[in-house]
Parts: sequence; C-alpha cells; structure tokens
Amino acid sequence: MSDTAAQPSAETSGENVLEVRDLHTTYSVRGSFFDRLRGRESGSVRAVDGVSLDLRRGEVLGLVGESGSGKTTLGRTLLGLVEATSGSIRLDGEELTGRSEAELRPLRRRMQIVFQDPHASLNPAMTIGALVADPLRFHKLVSDREELRARASEALERVGLAPASEFLDKFPADLSGGQKQRAVLARAIILGPDVLVADEPVSMLDMSVRAKILELMLELKDELDLTYIYITHDLATAKFFCDRIAIMYLGQIVELGPAADIYERPHHPYTAALLRAIPEPDPRRTVPRDLPRGEVPDAVVPPLGCPFHPRCPKAFEVCGWESRDLRTLLEDRWTRLSQDDYERERAGVGNLDVLDVPSVDTILPVPDGGTGEQPAEVLAAMRADAADDPFWSGVAATEVTDAGVRVRFHEPRVPRDLRVDRSVVRCHLHDPEALAAAEEIRRGRDGTQNV
Amino acid sequence: MNAVGDNRERGGGEPILDVRDLRVWYGTGGDPVRAVDGVSFSIGAGETLGLVGESGCGKSTLGRGVLGLLPDAAAVAGSVRFRGRELVGLSVKGLRELRGPELGLIFQEPMTRLDPLQTIEAHFRETLRTHRPDLDDDEIRRRSLETLAGMGIPRTRFGQYPHEFSGGMRQRIMIALALVLEPKVLIADEPTTALDVIVEAQILGILADLRRNFDTAILLITHNLGIVAEACDRVAVMYAGEIAEEGDAREVFAEPAHPYTRELLRSTISLETTGLNYIPGAPPSLIDPPPACRFHPRCPNAMRVCAERHPIEVRAPAGQRVSCWLHGPEGEIPEGGREPLEREEFLEAEEA
Amino acid sequence: MRQRRLSRWLEPIRESTGVSRWIFWIGVAIVAFFVILAVFAPLLAPYGFDQVSADGVRFPKQGSPDGTHLFGTTVGNYDVLSRVIWGARTAIEVVVLAVVFSLAIGVPLGLFSGYVGGRADRVLVLIMDALFAFPYILLAIVIAFLLSDKLGQGVVTAAIAITAVYVPQYFRVVRNHVISVREEPYVDAARALGAPRRTIVSRYVLQNVIQSVPALATLNAADAILTLAALGFLGYGIQPTDAAEWGYDLQRAIDDAGAVIWWTGLYPGLAIVLLVTGFTLLGEGLNDVINPLIRARSTAKPEIEEQPGGEGEAAILSMEPPRGGEEPRGP
Repeated sequence: MSDTAAQPSAETSGENVLEVRDLHTTYSVRGSFFDRLRGRESGSVRAVDGVSLDLRRGEVLGLVGESGSGKTTLGRTLLGLVEATSGSIRLDGEELTGRSEAELRPLRRRMQIVFQDPHASLNPAMTIGALVADPLRFHKLVSDREELRARASEALERVGLAPASEFLDKFPADLSGGQKQRAVLARAIILGPDVLVADEPVSMLDMSVRAKILELMLELKDELDLTYIYITHDLATAKFFCDRIAIMYLGQIVELGPAADIYERPHHPYTAALLRAIPEPDPRRTVPRDLPRGEVPDAVVPPLGCPFHPRCPKAFEVCGWESRDLRTLLEDRWTRLSQDDYERERAGVGNLDVLDVPSVDTILPVPDGGTGEQPAEVLAAMRADAADDPFWSGVAATEVTDAGVRVRFHEPRVPRDLRVDRSVVRCHLHDPEALAAAEEIRRGRDGTQNV
Repeated sequence: MNAVGDNRERGGGEPILDVRDLRVWYGTGGDPVRAVDGVSFSIGAGETLGLVGESGCGKSTLGRGVLGLLPDAAAVAGSVRFRGRELVGLSVKGLRELRGPELGLIFQEPMTRLDPLQTIEAHFRETLRTHRPDLDDDEIRRRSLETLAGMGIPRTRFGQYPHEFSGGMRQRIMIALALVLEPKVLIADEPTTALDVIVEAQILGILADLRRNFDTAILLITHNLGIVAEACDRVAVMYAGEIAEEGDAREVFAEPAHPYTRELLRSTISLETTGLNYIPGAPPSLIDPPPACRFHPRCPNAMRVCAERHPIEVRAPAGQRVSCWLHGPEGEIPEGGREPLEREEFLEAEEA
Repeated sequence: MRQRRLSRWLEPIRESTGVSRWIFWIGVAIVAFFVILAVFAPLLAPYGFDQVSADGVRFPKQGSPDGTHLFGTTVGNYDVLSRVIWGARTAIEVVVLAVVFSLAIGVPLGLFSGYVGGRADRVLVLIMDALFAFPYILLAIVIAFLLSDKLGQGVVTAAIAITAVYVPQYFRVVRNHVISVREEPYVDAARALGAPRRTIVSRYVLQNVIQSVPALATLNAADAILTLAALGFLGYGIQPTDAAEWGYDLQRAIDDAGAVIWWTGLYPGLAIVLLVTGFTLLGEGLNDVINPLIRARSTAKPEIEEQPGGEGEAAILSMEPPRGGEEPRGP
C-alpha cells in the first residue's frame, strides 16, 4: 500500500539500483487433503503484500522477518524467480515485472542469489570448478575449457578458496559448510553482478564460521562494487551487516530505516518485540521479556486492519479488532483455568466456529438450549480478569440477544506508511489521523454508557 | 579428582543422571568416528544443564547415547547412571520401559515427529495408555488437557491433526507429550533451532517454568549460546567429542576458562557485537582428531605441552571443571611445556 | 578428472561389507562367465548351433552324454553343449540390445516427462501405465508376431519385443526420481543463475538421477532372459535356423522327459536359471551397495579402545622437540 504519506527515501534515481513500487506476489494454495475433506476452501496467500522500497547502490539492505513474513518470496520476486502478481520492479530504470523468462535471462547476470543451505545448493554430481564456471556457460560467455577453468580459479581465489587448484576438482561433498558457502559466493560473483540477494547465507553455518563468511561478503562488496539484499531472521547479524533494515511481517514492510535507528529507537511494536526476544549470551538477562502473545497468523486470511494487532501490546481502537481475536482471547483464557472452571465456562457458550469468519460484527453464541445471559457471563468474567487487554479498546458495543452476545468492533483502519525520524513505519501509533479517530472514539465512549 | 558437577541450590544429594567416561563410536567400514570420546557430567533434580557445541562436536550423539537411541553400527562404552541404575548395556526392553515415563526426549523438528494421521488426542492416549495403564480414559483426558493447557495449547483443539498447528505449537505439543508422563529427566535436542525467535523465546519461557515448578532435570542440547545463557543453570561446552569446560552458566560466560569457550563467545554475533571475530581453521574430523589437546591447532594460547599430552581435568579459579593446560596441574607439565607452540599459519584452504 | 568420477562411483562397492558384498560379486562372476561363453562361443563350442554332423558322421539322435557329446544330443541331432553355449550368445545379444533400446527410449522420456510435467506428462504416464498393465508375455508375443513379417524372427525382433515390455519401467523410475530432484535447491540455484532448461535437465537433473538406473537395468536383464525363453518356449521367439535359444530347446525337450531323456531339458534349463540368478544377484547386490540406508545397516560396530586421554589417565605420548602443530583436517 504505497501512498503519498511517505516514500522510502530516495535521492536521485541514479542512486537507486533497484526501485520497487507496491509489489504484490500471491500464491494460490490448495488446501491439504483434510481441508478439502472438510470442505475448507482453498485460498491464496499474499506472500508479498504491497512492498515498496529503494535499493541504493553500494548499500546493504536487510530484509528481516520471521517465517511467513514473505522475505524470501520478496527476494525471489525481485530476481524474477517468482512471478509478481502486480507492482513494479525497476533495475536501473528497466522494468522487470511482466517479462518472459527469455527476456529475463540476460538480466540475471546483473542480479544473483546466494541461498541458505550450502549443502543443498551445489549439484552433488559436479565438481566445484564446473559448478563455479557454469554461469559462464549458461550465458554463453565463455566456451573454451581453459578459459573456464581460469575464470573459475580466479573466482575461487577471490573467495578465499586458495590455492584454487586444490578445489577445482573436488566435489561438494568434500568441502566443509563454510567452504561450500564460499564456493556458492564464487559462483554468484563470477558473472560480475551488480546486486546480490543473500537469503540466510550464514544461518546454517556454525557460529565460529559465520563471522568469516560475513567478513568475506563485506570484502567482496567493496572490491566488486556490489549491492546486497540480506535476508535473515537473525537481527543480530543484520545489525552488524546492514546499512538499512526493513522489518517484514506477513508480507508487509512494517518498518524500514537505518540500522542504528532500528536498534536504538524501534518505532514499530513488532520490531521492538523482535529485539526483546533475541537470546543474549549474557546470563544476567533473564526470561520473561514481555513477549507478544500468540504466533504469526495464517497468511491465507490475514487479520483485519493491521496484521500485527492481535499480538501487539500497544494496539488500540482502530487497529483492526475482529471476531477471531475474540476466539483467541477466549481460548487463551481457558488454558489458564483449571479443568473444572474450563468446563463450566465452556458450557456457557455454543459452537465457536462462527467466530472464525473474520468480521467486525459477530456473535458469541449461546449453548444449545441456553440463554444469552450465559455467554454474557463468560464475557464479563473474561473482561474482569484482564480489563486492560488492548482487545477491549476495540470493542464498540455488546448486546445480549437470544442468539448470544452480539459484539461489534470499531472500524478497522489499514495502516499507512509514515515517516518517523529517518525511518518509514507502517503503524497507527504514528499516524495522526488514526490517533485522532481513536481519540474521538474514546471521547464518545466516555460520554455514553461504559460498554 | 573431583569431576562431579555439584548440585548447588537445587535437589542436592545424588544426581539424577550421572554420566562417566562415555564413549560412542560409529563404525564406517574404515576408521571409526569417535563422536563421543570420554564425556562425564551429572545433572541433579530440577537442574538444567546446557550442552553447547558446534556442528560435528558430538552433542546430538551424546544426547541419544544417554537414552540408548543409537543405530546398530554404534558402539558404546562407559557408564550412564539414572537414579543409580546403569543404562549402558541395559536390554532393549529395559530401556524401552524407562524411555517415556522416566527419560523424556524432545527432538529438533516437530513437524516430522508427530504422526500426521493421528489427532493430538490420539497421540496422548497412546502415550498414556502405553506407559500408565493404570489410568482410566477420563484421567488420561484430564491430564492431557492440563499439560497442553500449561503449554498454551487451547483445549478446544485437542481433536485436531498436527498439520493444523504451526511449527511453534507443534513443538509445544511435543514438549507436552514428553511432560505428560512426568519424566525425571528430559533431554531436549535443539528444541528451538527450527523455530522463529519469538516462538523460541516463548518456549524458553516454558522451560524456565519447568525448572521452577517441577523437579525435572533437563539436558538442553544446542549450538546457540544465547539460549544456554537464558535457560540453563550449568553449561558444558563440547569440542570434538570431549567436554572442554563445564560449570555454572554465569561463571562460564563471565569468566570462560577454556580458550575455545572464550573464542566461541567472542565469535558469537549478538546485538552488542562491534567487530567480527572467528576461530581460525575448522572443527576437526572425528575420525582422526588432533593428538593431545584437540583444540590445540586452533588455540590462540596453545603451548608446547598442548600438542604432546592430553590435558588433565582440573578446577578453574571461578569453579568450573576445565580440560586445559593453561590451568595446570603444574606438576604434570614437563620442562619447557609452557612455551608457546610454534605452528604454521592456517592455509586459507583449510579455513572453513 | 574422469578417473575421479569413476572412483567415486566405485567407492560404495569397495566399502561394502557383509552379505551385500558377496551377493554382488557372485552375481558378477556368474554373469561374467556367461558373457565369456557368449563372446567366445565360436571357440568354446565344439560344434555349430545347427550342426547335425561332423566329419561326415551324423550325430546320434537323442544320444546320451558321452565323450564326443558331453551334454548329449537332441531329437534333432543337435549337440546340446554347443546349443547351450551358442544359446548364451543369443541370450546376451538379445538382452543387451533390449536393455540398450529400453534405456534409450525410457530414460529420455522419463526425463522429459518428469521435468516438463503438465499435459505431456499426463499423456505419457497414461500410455506407459497402459503398457505396464498389459500382461507382459502377451505384449511380447503380439509385438514379436507383428514384427516377424518385417524383420523375421531373429534376435532383433525378440529384442524389440522385450524392449516394449520394459520401457515403462525405466520411464517410471526415472520420471519419479526427476520429479523429486527437480525441486532440489541446487536445481533451483541453477535456474536462478540463468541456466537454460536443456542444461538443467542434462547436467543437473540427469546426472543425479542416473544412479537409479544400473540396478534397474540388471534386474531387467534377468527378467528379459525369462521373457526371451518364454517367447522361445511358446514358439514366438527365435527360429532355430537363426540362432540357438534355450527356451526353444526346452520346448523341444518336453517330449523327451517322458522317455527319461534328461539331458536335453536339464542343461538349457540350468543355463536359464543360472544366468537369471546371476543377473538378479548382481542387481540386488548393486542396489544394496548403492542404497545408503541398507549400507549403514550392514556396517560393523567398531571396537572402542581405551585411549589415553580419559580422566586421570594422561599417558606421556612423546616428548619430541617442538615442531609445527598439526594442521586440522577439514571435516
């Protein structure tokens, strides 16, 4: 959702090697066998859900997020390995989306990728020399065997696999993890690309080796004038390695800014949560760390409004409260009750599946043959136990009916990209309009009967 | 020589799990892989011991070796005592009786460890019926739901299938399955490696609760030093099949006695990292490890004696057990043994 | 570099232990034996396969084994030993041809179908499954019959008939393997690097899929011998005037059994059984040897020596003057 509220900072266009605007990549998902058996529709996953960014020449841009954040899909979409559903990607002004594979192939020489698993990205049946030289053959740049070998040697030496003659004829199985990743890097740079997308390049390597590979990558960047996109879930290495960092959640960039700012002054609650969750090798810090509850939700039907709101400690009225949040809260409460209390309360409400349909106007149903009072009691107990849970700020009205308790939520607002300091943040907490709307709601609420 | 880890505030008295000089060697058709080569440690009730090391150091083999879950081609020697009972050499039947109700195990990849064709309820029923035939169905259900609730799994989802849960929830289900039998010892083999950082932190919180509320002795195997610092009372650092250093977590992290521990801590990239450090060279092959001290080829503090004699375990000043000539014993170091070791620089080709 | 490639392939064979090893080498020995018979038939066989007389003397009819006819003679005055040896040549010829044809058709089709997928794949799978479901003898007979007009009833016809029966197997195995390899990260990486599809299929996919073929080929060879013999037995195989064939001989030997003439049936039958067993052992042995899971199971437990270096037992290894430290071995 790019808009005029804020654009990612871009000086002159010439400075940006890559410009991405409102990119969407959607997968359709066939449900599992069981889903289909139960009549659950297949859906689509918005793996990349409205991403805009600029990649400045020579920088290292981090894409940080947990699984399901879409960071890998974004990386692949940028490279044309996955087809974008809509939006634009410009490489030095040239549009990449909508191109056929044949048209894209020459462009592949300018953008390369390093995958996560060094053990799996090298063809086990080929020698290192052949693997590293292969890109030259793919693009028909070199065919002479001697020259292929020479170029491969050069690349291997560059990445520290020296003397190259020792490695040219070895097979991947003969190399250690770090050495394999170096070979992968050699292969990636042999064509002289401008942009390198590194997808978790060190996460499968041991600690004592990671630093070596990262250092190598930094050297290569300087020597070869590269620009990196560094995809990872590890904020610690990202902090060290990246100039700017984009934090991703459920296909969206929720915060994008200079690395130092991200760590010292995170503006988005999710960023702050990620930082708190990192285990530090310092036993003086202890658990718990005020973690967001729950987990990354199902991407097929993302939460209404802001995707992070169900877990956000600072969510408020307009963040997108809905029926599923009610169910989550209820079930969460029930895990903390004793078995007997749970059974008693469970008997007070009917089938909760109605809450699974995302809606701002929903109903907590009565049990069979019961009255609306029963679920109302449960709701009241829930509220009494946790009155300051952000959820309640989102409840506009409740009404006891014969079918159950009708719960209405405030109208969800979709968060916009906003400029805060030197970063771009997609969060209502920084949106004057959203804050104003919430203020109005609160005034209205205080004026009338307390719900 | 005192090599038993002391139980400090917890449990006290006899350790629940006592491992002495354990060796696990794998046959390969050629020279054997000496995955675990003389490891000793003990865990008391309510204590959490973190076993940390990089890939190929033998820590997973150690975890499985303790439970007797090794492939046929593995030979085991040494002693593993569980509440006084010797496990090495115990019959398959005997081990099977202990695994579950007494010795629990959590694996790394919860996706592949749960049967996709059985509901969660079925998993629990099977486990409890097998090991607690004295319980009736109602009791089984009650315990299962309670354990699951303790893990934050909604009771309403008891009848669902594993694929309907996320990775983090599946791992919690696995932990619940292990805990519902109330084992005395829980071995967790990289329980959070495949999970995201927030979920990982949540699970660490659960493990922390375990320490407080139950008396389970936990062996937490991981390569992540941060986790160890957060979740463990004591830590054992493993290198090339041996334990380099073992002691109270706070002390080991604050004042590491073994150069490997120190270098590992230095090379760990955390939020505080300002410069990149790493350990030159690569972890050694377990088939033909370096003679004497296995770390000496890569150790910045290596002395002559380190290449000639295997270190003798001693107590470091801060209290941990350590296997390193830097800490003596003086009497065993020959004349001139303390001179720095001269070695060739590592060829780049040998770098990992 | 070729040498290295070859030695990598032979490694599992060298490392194998126990039963798999024996099975493999016995299979090799038996097959080699027959191959030698086949190749050197003119030298080894005392007489031609359709020879009925020598030096003007006609061979006895159904003569029992003796000095001049080690395996006796048949009702048609043929020397049994010679026919067995020449039969080996026929069998090996036909089988080699059949396996080569099957590979040449089945593997590329499997590659194509597995990698490309889509409608082409579905159509091919349908055809192959249909062929596969057909009773194989019937199929072989039909094809042999149809071809006998054009090509006569010789070695080539038999080979083609057998090919038709086995192509679906190669197709299926290769296709399935390709489908799994196709999703592997290294194939993905090649695509990302801009590799044209042809290169991906030939260098990245094929090279990794080819390992499943040798075992299949040898097991199919075993089957092919039986099919050939069956064709011969039923009279749809090779004409006796074209070449000697064990199945045909067996069929001729049926009547003899009643008259307690055992040598005309025993030796051809024994030859069939032996060669089939040889190929089967070779194939199964190869399978075991290459399959890492089975290999792991057959590895022996090591002896754990008490090493110095356990607690409290620091033996003095040596007190040599200082030298360069050991270089670490790469893992």
